[in-house]
Amino acid sequence: MSEITPEIVAAHSITPDEYERIVSILGRRPNLTELGIFSVMWSEHCSYKSSRVHLKKLPTRGRYVVQGPGENAGIVTLGHDAEGNEWCIAFKIESHNHPSFIEPFQGAATGVGGILRDIFTMGARPIAVMDALRFGPLDDEAAGARNRRILDGVVHGIAHYGNCFGVPTVGGETMFEPSYNGNPLVNVFALGIARRDKIFYGRACGVGNPVIYVGAKTGRDGIHGATMASGEFTEESKQKRPNVQVGDPFMEKLLLEACLEAMETGAVAGIQDMGAAGLTCSTCEMGSRAGTGIEIDLMHVPQRETGMTPYEIMLSESQERMLLVAHHGREQEVLGVFRKWGLDARIIGHVTGDGMMRVKNHGEVVAEIPSRPLADEAPLYQRPFTKPLREAPLEAPPLASRDLAADLFTLAAAQDLCDKRWIWEQYDFMVRTNTVLGPGADAAVLRIKETGTMIAMALDGNGRYCYLDPRQGARLLVAECARNLACVGAEPVGATNNLNFGNPERPEIMAQIVEAIEGMAEACTVFETPITGGNVSLYNETLGEAIFPTPVIGLVGTMPLLEPPGIGFRAPGRALYLIGGIGQADEIRMGGTQYAKQVLRALWGLPPQIDFELEKRVQAAVREMARARAAESAHDLSDGGLAWCLAECCFPCDCGARVELDSELRPELLLFHEGPSRVLVSTANPALVEEIAARHGAPALRIGETGGEELVIANRGAELLRAAVRDLKQRWSSALEQWLHAGQEIHA
Amino acid sequence: MKFGVVVFPGSNCDHDAWHAAGRVAGHQAEFLWHNDDTVRGADCVILPGGFSYGDYLRCGAIAKFSPVMNAVKRHARSGGLVLGICNGFQILAECGLLPGALVRNRGLNFICKPVRLRVETVRSPFTCAYEEGQQAVIPIAHGEGCYVADERTLDELEAEDRVAFRYLENPNGSLRDIAGILSRERNVLGMMPHPERAVEPLLGSADGLGVFHSLARCFAERTR
Repeated sequence: MSEITPEIVAAHSITPDEYERIVSILGRRPNLTELGIFSVMWSEHCSYKSSRVHLKKLPTRGRYVVQGPGENAGIVTLGHDAEGNEWCIAFKIESHNHPSFIEPFQGAATGVGGILRDIFTMGARPIAVMDALRFGPLDDEAAGARNRRILDGVVHGIAHYGNCFGVPTVGGETMFEPSYNGNPLVNVFALGIARRDKIFYGRACGVGNPVIYVGAKTGRDGIHGATMASGEFTEESKQKRPNVQVGDPFMEKLLLEACLEAMETGAVAGIQDMGAAGLTCSTCEMGSRAGTGIEIDLMHVPQRETGMTPYEIMLSESQERMLLVAHHGREQEVLGVFRKWGLDARIIGHVTGDGMMRVKNHGEVVAEIPSRPLADEAPLYQRPFTKPLREAPLEAPPLASRDLAADLFTLAAAQDLCDKRWIWEQYDFMVRTNTVLGPGADAAVLRIKETGTMIAMALDGNGRYCYLDPRQGARLLVAECARNLACVGAEPVGATNNLNFGNPERPEIMAQIVEAIEGMAEACTVFETPITGGNVSLYNETLGEAIFPTPVIGLVGTMPLLEPPGIGFRAPGRALYLIGGIGQADEIRMGGTQYAKQVLRALWGLPPQIDFELEKRVQAAVREMARARAAESAHDLSDGGLAWCLAECCFPCDCGARVELDSELRPELLLFHEGPSRVLVSTANPALVEEIAARHGAPALRIGETGGEELVIANRGAELLRAAVRDLKQRWSSALEQWLHAGQEIHA
Repeated sequence: MKFGVVVFPGSNCDHDAWHAAGRVAGHQAEFLWHNDDTVRGADCVILPGGFSYGDYLRCGAIAKFSPVMNAVKRHARSGGLVLGICNGFQILAECGLLPGALVRNRGLNFICKPVRLRVETVRSPFTCAYEEGQQAVIPIAHGEGCYVADERTLDELEAEDRVAFRYLENPNGSLRDIAGILSRERNVLGMMPHPERAVEPLLGSADGLGVFHSLARCFAERTR
C-alpha cells in the first residue's frame, strides 16, 4: 500500500490537525482506504463539523416528537386508526445542490432518490415530496442560457424519479436570484407514514446477526460525492462529472416494496440506506448507534465493475442500495423477499461486539476503525464569525410609482411570482390518491386513509430577507410557513430544515449561519415546531461568490378530515377580510420585497418586522375559520404584498374583487409591503369570521367584496389600481414558458 | 363482483385501483402478482398505471411477456372484463388486445392534470352507467399517452362505436382526440385517464366512479 504523504492527506480535504486526530484514534497511521473513509465521514456534508455547535441551539423536543435528529428521518405522531394502532409521520429535507449544478438531471433525480430512501428505511411508505428550488435568473445576460438548461434538467430529473417511483410531488417553491447563477439549490423534502410499532432504526443490534447488502451493484460512480459537496466550485469542478451518481427509480421502487415486505416478516433488526459516503457511512453509523461493530468482507459485495479496490468499494455512492441487519437464523426469510422482487441481496458480514468497523477483502483486513469515533467524534469547529456579509444600502431609493396597475402586471410576469404550472404539471402530484390540495396552494394537504385525518405541509425560504438580516429573515420564514399551514386549517407538529450557505471558513458567512440558526431556533420555539432533522449545505460558492443565505424550512401539520379552503375566491358577493389588518410598513422595510426586486430592481434596507404574539393570534383565528368553514378561501400575504395576494385569489375561478382601504400609507407601501401576520379571507358568513377573530384577539378588517371581472383597489375614495383579471392572469400564466423559451424580457 | 389488480414490478397505481374498486366502490378486490399464471377467479382484471418493469425498452413492452398476461389474455378471450389504465392501456396495446399504440406526448413532457372527457359510447360494460355524451373530469398523468393508429383502424374504431372516451381539450396529441378504446368484443377497455383517481369529491372529482358503477351494473345483469 502506498505511503500516506501530506499531499495525499491534503487531497482528501483533511487538515493536518484532523490527520493527527485520526492517528490518535487508530493508535497508528491510517492506510489509504482508512484515510478515504475518514475523509468522507468527516466531510462537512456528513459530519456537520462547522454547524454542529450551532445546530444544538435548535429546539428538537415537543409533545408530538417520536424521533428527533440523528436518525435517517425525524418522526412525529399522527394519530390512531380504527383498530387503535398509532401512526406516525417520518419526514426530512435534504439538498442535492452541488450535483445538480454539475449534472442537473441526474443530480436532482438522485436527490429525490436519496431522501425517499431515508424515509422508507424507517419503515415508512413515502406519500409526498416537495421541492425548494433556486436558480439564477432565466434572462441573466451571461448565465441565462445555462440557468434555463439547469432548470429544465432539474425539473425533468425530479419528474423522472418521483413519477416512476410513484410518490406525488405535491408542492414547493421556485425562486430566482443572480447569486444562484453558479450555485442552484435543489432541496427535496419527503414525507411518509408508518405504524409506530413498525418503525425501524439504523442500528446494528445483536452480536452475530448477519449484515445483508441489497439493491444495485456497486460501481465507481459518486466516489467522493460527499467531499465534493463540501467544497467550493472552481473551474475544475466541471471535471467532476463522474462524481455525480446515476439514479434508477425503478430499482428504488423495487427496493421500497421489498424492504417494507421484509420488515413485515419481523426478521429485520435494523436497516439503513447507503446515501452519502455509501457503504462506509452505513456500516459505521449502524454500529455506532447500537454500540456494536460490523465486520464485512468486500468480496461478497455485488460489483458492477471489475478490479475495484477496497477504497473504491467503500467510497462508492452508487444509488439504490440498502444495508440491513437480520435476526440470526431468519436471514433466509429476508433473502426470500428480495428474491421475490428480483433484487440482489447478499450476506456480506456480521455484527460484532467490539465496536470496530472491520473491512476485509478476501479475508485480509483492509480497514479497521472504531465506529463511534469515526461516526460521532468528527472534529467540531468553532468557526470564527463577525458580522453577516451584506452589501446593500439601508436607505430606500425614490419609491414614487407612475402606474400602480402596470407595477402589478410586472409582478405577474416576474420569474419568482409567475405561474409555475409548467413545472408542476410535469410531476405526478396525484398518485396514491391522497392529494386534497396540491401545487399552487399555500400548503399541500393529503388525506390519510389509515387514520381518517389529514396532513398539511409547506416549504418556505427567502434569500433576500436573509441576506438583509439573517436572523430576522429566518424568524419571518418560519412564521410564514406556519401561516401557510394555518390557512388550510392545520396545526404544525414538526419541522425540518435545510441550511444553504456559502463558505463557513469566511467569518462573515459563518455569521450568516449563526444568526439564521438562532433566528430559526427562536421562531421554532414560538410556534412549537421542533426541528426533527434536516440538512446543512455549505460551500455554496462559485469563484468566491456566495449564494444569498438560504435557510429553508419545511413544516408538517395535522388536521381533521375536512374540505380545506383553497386560495381562490369561489363566488361573487363574498365579504373580504384582512385578518391581521393592514400591517406596518416603511420605506426601509420595503427593501427586500418583490416590489423592490421586480419593479425597482433594487435591494436595500431591512426585512419586515414581526410581532410573534400577533402572528400567533392571527394563525389561531385563521385555522379556526378554515376548520369551521367560515373561510371560503384563505391566502396569506407574503411575496408581493396585499395587491399580489388579491390577484392570486382572483385567478383560480376568474373572480374579481373590489377593495376599499382606509390607510395613511403611501400607495406603493400599502399595496406591496410584505409585513407578516396577515391573511386574506373571503366568506359567506361575515358574522362568524368576526366572531372567531374577536375571540382570538386578531384584527379582522373588512376591506371589500368579491365579484366582477376586474380587481379594483381604492384607498380613502381614490382609486389606486384597476386591472382586468383575465389580462393579469394571462400575463401570469404565460410568463414562465416565455422566460424559458425566449429567455427574453417580457415588457409590461 | 371481484376485481383482480395486477401488480407488476414498477406498478404504482395498484393501491389506488384497489382502493377505488374495493374501498370506495365496495367490491371485492385483490392483488394478482406478475408471476401468477391465473387471474384467480377475478371478474374484472385491472392493469394499473405505473412503470411496469421500469418501462424500459418501451412502455408496456416487457410486461406483455409476464406470465400473468397469458392468463389475462385467456380471461379476455373467454369474455372476461379487462380494464387497462394508463400503463395498463400501453400494455394492452403492446400485447395486441387493443389496436394502436401510445407514443410520446406531442409536447414531449410528462403531464399531470385533470382533463375533461366526453363519454362517447354507453354501449359497454365500462360506460353503461354514464349518459351518452356526458362530460367527465378525470385526471391524466403520463409521458407517453398520445394514441396513434393507422387511418383504417381509426375509422374502424369509430364505425364500430369503440371509442369510449374523447378528450375535449386534447392534452397529448392523440389522434381524433381518443382517450380510451374498447376491444371488438367490448370486454376490454384501455384508457389513459385515471378513473381510480376520480372517485372521491374530496380529491376534486368523482366522475371516474361511473366506470366502476358501470362494471357493477353490467356484472349484475350478466349474472342475473
